[in-house]
Amino acid sequence: MNIRRLNWPIWAGFLLSLIAFLSYFLVFVWFPVTRDFPWVNLLLFVLATALLLVGVRRAFAPDRSRPKLSKIAGVILTSLGLAIFGLFVFATLINARRLPSSQSAPQISQKAPDFTLSDTNGKPISLSELLASPVKGKVPRGVLLVFYRGYW
Amino acid sequence: MARLEEAGIRPVAISVDTPEESRNLRQQAGYTFTFLSDPKAEVIRRYDLLHAGAGIEGQDVARPAEFLLDSSGTVRWLNLTENYWVRARPEQILEVAKALQ
Repeated sequence: MNIRRLNWPIWAGFLLSLIAFLSYFLVFVWFPVTRDFPWVNLLLFVLATALLLVGVRRAFAPDRSRPKLSKIAGVILTSLGLAIFGLFVFATLINARRLPSSQSAPQISQKAPDFTLSDTNGKPISLSELLASPVKGKVPRGVLLVFYRGYW
Repeated sequence: MARLEEAGIRPVAISVDTPEESRNLRQQAGYTFTFLSDPKAEVIRRYDLLHAGAGIEGQDVARPAEFLLDSSGTVRWLNLTENYWVRARPEQILEVAKALQ
């Protein structure tokens, strides 16, 4: 196949869309600066979209003896690339905000309700015990309760 | 988390995972602090943190939330994120922890 006939911007744009999507969850999510707002990934997506548009223009340019297949591939890859972009925006910026309001959660200067739950050995432990029993040989100055989703 | 313990703060992780699931996660991640299981989401509900049907298989799970309690069990700081990719940073918590007696 003649390399000069290959519509490389389409393929590069599509590949970059995939990278822009996956790299957030595999790499950038580990760094607060790139996780809290996914600016690196959004930039990559903008670049990918630009490549895809250049590619579509090339595919639909008159003549250039480009095969018909090139147009079909161009449209399919561009649609897929844009769909990945949309999915990313939905997953990180829209769906992730659908959280309960938790208006009745304990507020600052309120007492946290006591509870008893099992630890990883199945042994019940209460909040008052956690507040009183030593951490690294000293009575703790405080307890940080971290609620997380689990099932990951 | 180790820095928190050095600052005299005990981290405690709570989820709907069973003790076995929490044990696996704790071992894999190399954590040493306490993990608690609330499989029926009773405590999560009492703290108004239930995110109904949001688990991978549609289970009720906890929404991400962090509370810093002083030694009397009073809330001194909390973080209820509005986007679950945005979490509290340890530095923020250490800053507040310094102010606790």
